Amino acid sequence: MAIEVRIPTILRTFTGGAKSVEGSGDTLDELISDLDSRHSGLRDRLVDDSGLRRFVNVYLNDEDVRFLGGLSATVKDGDTVTVLPAVAGGAR
Amino acid sequence: MMRYDSLLDAVGGTPLVGLPHLSPGSEQRLWAKLEDRNPTGSVKDRAALWMVRAAERDGLLSPGRTVLEPTSGNTGISLAMICRLRGYQLICVMPENTSAERTQLLQMYGARIVYSPAAGGSNEAVRVAKRLAAENPRWVMLYQYGNEANARAHYESTGPEILADLPEITHFVAGLGTTGTLMGTGRFLREHVPGVQVVAAEPRYGELVYGLRNMDEGFVPELYDDTVLTSRYSVSAADALRRTRELVACEGIFAGISAGCVVHVGLALAAKAKAAGRRADIAVLIADGGWKYLSTGAYSGTLAEAEARLEGELWA
Repeated sequence: MAIEVRIPTILRTFTGGAKSVEGSGDTLDELISDLDSRHSGLRDRLVDDSGLRRFVNVYLNDEDVRFLGGLSATVKDGDTVTVLPAVAGGAR
Repeated sequence: MMRYDSLLDAVGGTPLVGLPHLSPGSEQRLWAKLEDRNPTGSVKDRAALWMVRAAERDGLLSPGRTVLEPTSGNTGISLAMICRLRGYQLICVMPENTSAERTQLLQMYGARIVYSPAAGGSNEAVRVAKRLAAENPRWVMLYQYGNEANARAHYESTGPEILADLPEITHFVAGLGTTGTLMGTGRFLREHVPGVQVVAAEPRYGELVYGLRNMDEGFVPELYDDTVLTSRYSVSAADALRRTRELVACEGIFAGISAGCVVHVGLALAAKAKAAGRRADIAVLIADGGWKYLSTGAYSGTLAEAEARLEGELWA
């Protein structure tokens, strides 16, 4: 079972420089733990006691997971998960 | 009635235009709210006018006073026009690598510009503006990212206009920036249309933009309340560009690149509805026209070339 997880530059120290890694799990929570088993410390950058960290955005097939159940969002083979920092954005 | 006593009275009241060619079927329709049909050409005229009016009501502004705002975009242009007409001096704080056209436009309205270091981007402009506001207590910083009048402009104008024109609305899609449009319009529609979906379209930038940005030093606008949204989608430059060009080619609408984001999400929602055999009437908010973005090359050359030019840019 393979789920592609895209990692932002700042977190590639945990993945040996890889911009994308693969993992498995039935939920985002399980997937993150699975990645952490091979890339120790990654989970702590993404998750705290209350769930996903405030300035971390995670998208499941381009949809913000906070609207799909957050850490309990269902993931499956073939899905793409993208992790990004929350930014101020462009000209307003 | 199309007659107004002066330009400020002509804010809002924008057309809602169907997209018969892009809409997937007769049962799933997209409707574009054309916010470039505002006095200075963008949706920000609403937020700017409401924020200025609120400050006047609160006794913070009177002729001769100074307004300060971190903005390199549409908000600055809107505020420049309004401040000119109301007799206030506007100071815009913006990154030094902002285009010449924007500088010219702001100065034409009489605004003064304070440049913040390009490297710090919009975050640094906000920091510099906050410091200036603290040093000059008589200056008024409206602060679009946290000013409730920004969201209220949409609760009181954008939302009601959309409902009046599209009582059968099923979805509302807009770009996510200060979040004012989605918060205000979203709250209004949720109060009046049971089951309506309020959906955010967010630009996804290139790697360089996110760079080595610390995951703990992010920014979430103070106005943002995610309970107002039903969902939020991330849209690539490639998809945004493709849809922006389709808007011109298929519907004759010349819009800014953020419009491509909202149309992309609107079309995805329409496709979902079609697959489920459900009717959909999806209002998508087109924030501005394409004029300010012509020099980005978004509308010329191949899509791949245009996409490459936007790499590393905050394109929406």
